[in-house]
Amino acid sequence: MNRESKRLDKVVELEEAMQHLRSGMTLMVGGFGGVGNPPSLIQAILDRGIDELTLISNDTAFPDIGVGRLITERRVKKVIASHIGSNPNAGAQMTAGELTVEFSPQGILAERIRAGGVGLAGILSDIGLGTIVEQGKQKVSVGGKEYLLELPLRAEVALIYASKADRFGNLLYDTTGRNFNPLMAMAADITIVEAEQIVETGTLDPETIVTPGVFVDWIVPSGGVNWKWAWE
Amino acid sequence: MGMGVGEAGYRERIARRAAQELRTGMIVNLGIGIPTLVADYIPADVKVVFHAENGILGSGPRPERGAENPMLCNAGGFPVTLLPGASCFDSVTAFAIIRQGLLDVTILGALEVSQTGDIANWIVPGKRVPGMGGAMELAQKAKQVMVLTTHLDKNGRSKIVRECRLPLTAKGAASLIITDMAVLEVRQDGLYLREVMEPYSLADVIAVTEAELKTDGEVAIFH
Repeated sequence: MNRESKRLDKVVELEEAMQHLRSGMTLMVGGFGGVGNPPSLIQAILDRGIDELTLISNDTAFPDIGVGRLITERRVKKVIASHIGSNPNAGAQMTAGELTVEFSPQGILAERIRAGGVGLAGILSDIGLGTIVEQGKQKVSVGGKEYLLELPLRAEVALIYASKADRFGNLLYDTTGRNFNPLMAMAADITIVEAEQIVETGTLDPETIVTPGVFVDWIVPSGGVNWKWAWE
Repeated sequence: MGMGVGEAGYRERIARRAAQELRTGMIVNLGIGIPTLVADYIPADVKVVFHAENGILGSGPRPERGAENPMLCNAGGFPVTLLPGASCFDSVTAFAIIRQGLLDVTILGALEVSQTGDIANWIVPGKRVPGMGGAMELAQKAKQVMVLTTHLDKNGRSKIVRECRLPLTAKGAASLIITDMAVLEVRQDGLYLREVMEPYSLADVIAVTEAELKTDGEVAIFH
């Protein structure tokens, strides 16, 4: 199927969407502690032996949950995140020198991704002034106050989990499953959405749409969460 | 008497004391660990609005078993509910609320707190490197920053220090420190011992605290 015929109907089989993923890529994966991670796309990465990834994600989830499984199965060489504490495998690999970890304060990570998605060359922030977050960052003075220049983040592919998608790619999310998903959906060259439910274009209320379909390239149906939550 | 960590029920006592600081209408963010317990001790007539940095304003208690929505969790990953008036939003909005200073209180844990309110809670270089998560924004921007922690670490060393040795989360951020031994207030001119937690004495607290402690009138006992 050629690209043009899919401009208005982006729903494809998982197999077709996965053709855009390969080892060594920079990936953004939406989610927070596994909530809002796309389970079927993550499983497909594991099944296809894709590795050497640079992962941009809020966190590394838990060892057997969501993006945490990519860490546990050693598919990631570098992580840009705000937190890795709930996945001991990430800490162990980092200590062993097998995983590079770059930390950003959580809200700044979100803004860097947003900047990447909205065409800004950087943001000025006072978060982390006087801490090691300053290291290696340019300082900019505005109105007599000092700020850190935080650089935008973009990825080759963003993997998004939505509760509902129409065929054009308009997206809705479920409560805290939203988190980084709508930001990352805007910040990658190719945005692949795993949707819990896919509906006909025109059936969603335009007023409630969170991610406009123009940011989305491909949509695959979700096979559902295939892990046990930590609280279960 | 056992000093420091391990006094029965100390986590609950810390949480119960912290809950007394909350007032109706406050926007409150609870961190992971002892801070999470604070919600259980808020008096019935005090209605606060809980903010969770994973994208909720107005979260409610844990749902009944079997009624959980796995997508609806707090920042610690546990299922919650939404109270009337609640809203859900993305991470940019969650942190807009924080950085704009709209949180009245944030309640955090700590590895070290200094007598000038410096907080270290995200990294022990070479040992434990969990990352800062949202702690830097929370500590730097909330109107009031409450730190809940054990007074001593596992090796019996004071976590209330003159100057933090660990890399900082935020400078001069903490305003109130509640431990299993004491309630301490950070003021412009130093760290004030306001209350001593039962079963400890004033002398116990002073003996094990590295930071310089001041008093201002009588030191109350919290039961």
